[in-house]
Amino acid sequence: MEIPVVRKILESNENTAEQLQAIFAEKGILVLNLMSSPGAGKTSLLVRTLSDLKDELSMAVIEGDLQTSNDAERIAATGARTLQINTEGACHLDSAMVLESLKYLDLEDLDILFIENVGNLVCPAAFKVGEDWKITLLSLPEGDDKPEKYPTMFAESRVLLLNKIDLLPHLEFDRERARKGALTINRALTIFEVSAATGQGLKAWYDWLRQEVLNKKSR
Amino acid sequence: MHEMSIAQSLVKIVREEMAKNQVESLIKVTVCCGRINAVVPDALHMAFEALTRDTPLQGAELDIVHVPLRLACGQCGSHFEPEDGADTVFFHFPCPACGQDIGHEVVQGRELHVESIEAE
Repeated sequence: MEIPVVRKILESNENTAEQLQAIFAEKGILVLNLMSSPGAGKTSLLVRTLSDLKDELSMAVIEGDLQTSNDAERIAATGARTLQINTEGACHLDSAMVLESLKYLDLEDLDILFIENVGNLVCPAAFKVGEDWKITLLSLPEGDDKPEKYPTMFAESRVLLLNKIDLLPHLEFDRERARKGALTINRALTIFEVSAATGQGLKAWYDWLRQEVLNKKSR
Repeated sequence: MHEMSIAQSLVKIVREEMAKNQVESLIKVTVCCGRINAVVPDALHMAFEALTRDTPLQGAELDIVHVPLRLACGQCGSHFEPEDGADTVFFHFPCPACGQDIGHEVVQGRELHVESIEAE
């Protein structure tokens, strides 16, 4: 016999993500899910952001990697609360991993929780982790056609950070093509051109963070 | 390679539905899969087969129904389905009504759900 089902395959992940959202909403914490290919500069961007804003915002980071705590050590050196999740081979974080990690992370008086996902331009986009927004980094050396080739992550994100913008003179990177590729299927995307290495363009990113923290607290 | 996680959730849902409906042998499961959710059908088939081997679900057919991308134009709001490019590049989507090519909204193509199961 044929049995109609109509259930979302990732419903259990989404249910846990809703549970996480309720926890974060109650505490007024802005939660950002940071995604990119390996090497695009997620950790460097976070180190810089945490250092530059540490006197005005209270921030914590959950680090997702297959192995090692290298990134967590770099983050912890800024003084921010840090927790490392090793996915032991899994290509993305899911909401159950994040829920489990909260046992070990103090959420009191936090303004922003960054969840640095596993470096991968495909899989993390499918798994909600309780975030307010997904943020995608694309670094210039990866090429300007990546939004066209990997549309899912760009379609799901609120912000696109074009990182390593300081390398523009040295690369054949068409910034208009990258912007257009991303905006084609995501009208809501906000794009910042930044360099975590030189600090170029970071002011606009910081202003966005400040505004979103206010928005979250007034919700 | 998130297809393994997806297959695990899929198998869990199928088992629950089979128990609920008191059926023991799975013949077919139909899954709806949107164009932009980045699921590779071959990888999902392989993961499903690996997870159901030596279980009552073994040998069942996994039917993946592709749901095309459907956009609402960012300018005039009319709905349209862009054609898939011949290669992987997935880019230029002018609205057939007004020609606007960026700022569209995805109205269909993110689906990933179990539509039905056939079992006895």
